[in-house]
Amino acid sequence: MKRRNALMALGAGLIAGCSKLAETGPIAGLMERAEDWHRTAQRALGARQALAPEYDRSDISPSFRGNGTRDPATDFYRAAQAENFANWTLSVGGLVGRPLSLSLADIRALPQRTQITRHDCVEGWSAIGEWQGPQLSTLLDMAELDERARYIVFRCADRLNGAEYYESVDLIDAYHPQTIIAHRLNGEPLPMKNGAPLRMRIERQLGYKHAKYLTAIEAVESLESVGKGKGGYWEDRAGYQWYAGI
Amino acid sequence: MSRSAPPRPLHSPRHRLTTRLWHWINFASVTVLFMSGLNISNAHPRLYWGKAGFAPEDAWAFIPRFPGWATIPNYYSLAIARDWHILFAWIFAVSLTVFMIVSLINRHFYRDLTTRWREWRPGAIGADIRAHLKLNFAHGARKYNFLQRAAYGLVIFVMLPLMILTGMAMSPGMEASWPWLSEIFLGRQSARSIHFLCAWGLFAFLILHVAMVLLSGPIGQLKAMIFGKEPE
Repeated sequence: MKRRNALMALGAGLIAGCSKLAETGPIAGLMERAEDWHRTAQRALGARQALAPEYDRSDISPSFRGNGTRDPATDFYRAAQAENFANWTLSVGGLVGRPLSLSLADIRALPQRTQITRHDCVEGWSAIGEWQGPQLSTLLDMAELDERARYIVFRCADRLNGAEYYESVDLIDAYHPQTIIAHRLNGEPLPMKNGAPLRMRIERQLGYKHAKYLTAIEAVESLESVGKGKGGYWEDRAGYQWYAGI
Repeated sequence: MSRSAPPRPLHSPRHRLTTRLWHWINFASVTVLFMSGLNISNAHPRLYWGKAGFAPEDAWAFIPRFPGWATIPNYYSLAIARDWHILFAWIFAVSLTVFMIVSLINRHFYRDLTTRWREWRPGAIGADIRAHLKLNFAHGARKYNFLQRAAYGLVIFVMLPLMILTGMAMSPGMEASWPWLSEIFLGRQSARSIHFLCAWGLFAFLILHVAMVLLSGPIGQLKAMIFGKEPE
């Protein structure tokens, strides 16, 4: 009995110690490196532009789950909703030669990509939907992306727990052919819970990278001055991996 | 009894150094993976078959919430659990690969873990099970008896690789590089279900394995797996 208690105490101590190590210590450094190993390994195994699988219409989920913010519920958003997003603008700025301000009509007039892809949430569930919109690369080319730019930051109209949502990707994912600014889901304008009127699709990464209620795209050289420096809302607050390919 | 297996030379260690090292690295990494995996399960405790799924009506299983003492970290944090899971997945996968390569080269797999067709006859298996229930763990001429070789073989060649493959099949980045991966499991959500079931299969193996060690002289067995010595 005594031995078992000692073992239990040892076990509890180990787990508590492990938790401490994970927060500071060398394990935290290793964990950050493991994220880089995964990114490097995954990109080494496939082509940089390897496409996520695309599905048939028959695979489309009957409804598409909304997660995180399902209703931004701000005065700004309510007013935009009331006029059917007629005056919604998407700005493209930061390290670009020619900053843009695009209306929804401008975005619909650009060359479009339609793709039926699977959305994988970090929590574990998946949903399949058909997305339509222009490729991010089209917008970056139009705005004449500066060669100092290393990351593309997405700004959003929703606030989660009082803070603005934002996300970022590197240029490999920004220029990926399936990285689009979606304004339609399953042939209809985006529903509110899925990010109306505009959201990102970053098909080789988990759901929290796919910024919804998109208002601005910003090219930056470093993520240090963005938010708390880790490149995204969840990365800054809960410690989620910035590279969400796994 | 197998005539083709050569007798092991006297004074050779009961377990080779690579086997002992891998055994403990694997035990540690599978433990961390299992406990952090239970924390990850708590984020969405439902399982589905097929490519997609999120609604309760599509689920085939509703998983109970795992308590803090069973999870890493010992409170709910999907982000930190994923950090542990993703780091130890590397240690687990690389150490298994190295162990497999070394064990092919030094013929450990061939000499100690292969089974013969005639050993799989129901009568032979039944006799082995009856012998085990009588706590008769005779090995015959080989290092392990049939049930041991079958169990270790199932774990090393089927279950552990299955954990790696189903784990990779859930990754959207891997999916773009190796799209066949989730297809062989008939979809990402099926891969997730298999990952979960196989993890508990490994837990069942652990219980059985520890029980057998306890019944067959635990001190000697532990010494053998740590120092390599033949138990007295």
